[in-house]
Amino acid sequence: MTASLVSAPDLIANFPFPFPTDQYRYSTNVEPARGPVPTPTGVWGEHIIDIDSEYEHELALREQILERDPSRYAVLPHMRVAAWDCMLTLMGEMAKAYPDTMSLTRTGDTWHWRNGRLGLSADFVLGDESTLPMEPLAYIGSQVQDDIVLLDQRDGDLFGDAGVVTFAADWSFGFDVGMTFLEIHGPVPRLRETGVITRAREFLMRLQPGEIYRRTNWTLTIGRRLDVSTELYHEWGPDRAMIQTVSDEEFGRLVHLRVELQHLIRLCESGAICFLIRTYMLPFVDLATVPEWRARAAAVLADLPEDMADYKGIISYRDRAVEWLTTH
Amino acid sequence: MSTIDLVVTAIDDSVPGVRSLTLAHPDGTTLPSFTPGSHIVVQCGDVANAYSLTSDSVQPTQYDISVLELPDGKGGSRWIHNLTVGDPVSVLPPRSAFAPILRARKHLLVAAGIGVTPMISHLRAAKQWGRDTELLYVHRPGRGAHLDDIAALTDTARIFTNRADFLGVLPDTLAAQPFGAHLYICGPTTFIDDVVAAATAHGWPQSRIHFERFGVGALDPGEPFTVKLANSGTTIAVDSGVSLLEALEAAGHNIPNLCRQGVCGECRLTVSSGEIEHRDMYLTDADKAAGDAIMACVSRAASPELELKL
Repeated sequence: MTASLVSAPDLIANFPFPFPTDQYRYSTNVEPARGPVPTPTGVWGEHIIDIDSEYEHELALREQILERDPSRYAVLPHMRVAAWDCMLTLMGEMAKAYPDTMSLTRTGDTWHWRNGRLGLSADFVLGDESTLPMEPLAYIGSQVQDDIVLLDQRDGDLFGDAGVVTFAADWSFGFDVGMTFLEIHGPVPRLRETGVITRAREFLMRLQPGEIYRRTNWTLTIGRRLDVSTELYHEWGPDRAMIQTVSDEEFGRLVHLRVELQHLIRLCESGAICFLIRTYMLPFVDLATVPEWRARAAAVLADLPEDMADYKGIISYRDRAVEWLTTH
Repeated sequence: MSTIDLVVTAIDDSVPGVRSLTLAHPDGTTLPSFTPGSHIVVQCGDVANAYSLTSDSVQPTQYDISVLELPDGKGGSRWIHNLTVGDPVSVLPPRSAFAPILRARKHLLVAAGIGVTPMISHLRAAKQWGRDTELLYVHRPGRGAHLDDIAALTDTARIFTNRADFLGVLPDTLAAQPFGAHLYICGPTTFIDDVVAAATAHGWPQSRIHFERFGVGALDPGEPFTVKLANSGTTIAVDSGVSLLEALEAAGHNIPNLCRQGVCGECRLTVSSGEIEHRDMYLTDADKAAGDAIMACVSRAASPELELKL
């Protein structure tokens, strides 16, 4: 990589570029997780929990956001088991992915967790909140870069009844808590008509314990701003007008392809579904250093129907984004 | 589905007719965690049977199952009863079809005979997580399985050794549950039918009643019907006592299948017309209501003819 890159080298090497073809439409694009995907720059998808050079920075950011706005975290009372289940499952995945720095072991009823990267450890008893420094979902949420939503399955439906979400892309976790899966996705155009969202729900409800699937989602974000939640629209909304007035050079540094690598895990003990959203961002200047990515992203953006571009909030600068990508 | 190769590490024959097996990895490594109420499908020689897991569910190092010997069955239980410690056993990973409801205010567990097995993991989880649970268990005198486990896991169990006593307390028990309670039933078909009827009579909505039948032998032979194959236009007769899967196989069709008792999901076929009598534990209620899929190993036609996309 050249010295002119904006992002740290690992953010480019492990970027989950989301477009397999020149056209993007909503689909139930799920596949079994845990398979490495080679890209022109490296590889992504080897682990369920991915930790990169932004780890400490993003965790600090999450802590600040939660302090400022506690509604980004919620655990409805019946989700207590699912929260413990999620914590234990993610610790196991982290220990598997990073055995040099992380471990989860057990002596009788006591579990030993060590996160060497953050220099912390805990000896806890499953179900005993007093053995952890904070609630289990908050504890694991402070150690992964992923946003977490826990879905309860009951009465033939899925309910978003717990989570810690600080990096939402134009939605509000606090507003969505307790909603059904279909209600949460209500604002997204085309999903209902095409049956994509009901198929996705059926698929999720059939997930068996321990099964893990993944999919990607994407949008564009102005600036390396992880928290583009509805709550902060007043802060980031005006950027969509601002971006049309900046120089070409500025445009390439500010506009980011934002990719969510989502994992869907059927938790074993609770039967809840753990929905992980890991957000990766790459500015156009870095994206354009990979010719295949530059051309593919330009083609997808140029082809994107109006309603989808509008929903993604990029309609006002989509044409310029296409032009930038095709000329840089 | 990938099988897990285990070995028998312990056998307990202390209850007449019931064998409790402990299975583990030869090297003692951790087995997949499972949801309370889950079963594994065990390859028992030529047949594959589903058995509820009764052991610890969180990152366990062993799977325990308890198997009632059925002398007139298809041989699966006899195969289990002939195993010795150290024998290899292949199983499919745990499947959940009888899980606790996280939002339930209470779980009322009602079991007969060997049907107590899925309740054991429910009781373990209830103790771990402080769930309000009550167990009614009816078994023949001297044939009670897992009585020690029950005593260790709950103070609220009521155990009966004849069905009349059990039926005597059932109505009051059903009537006394708090709103938001869920009912779990496991046992022979007639037992399940009786308890479901009693619960329904006491106003329990269907969505709060969960049951698990065991043993394909518990299913009645069913009415004869014909099946029409949409692709070839051929018609095959399915006699009473013969499964749709068996009839298709006899006619030379190769249908993927595994457990042959409505559990694993392998033999799912697409139905293009006709009414279905669903008897499997695999399809969801919504799938069953949609009426376009059938598990060929156990389910049958509810109309004289069924047309398959085959």
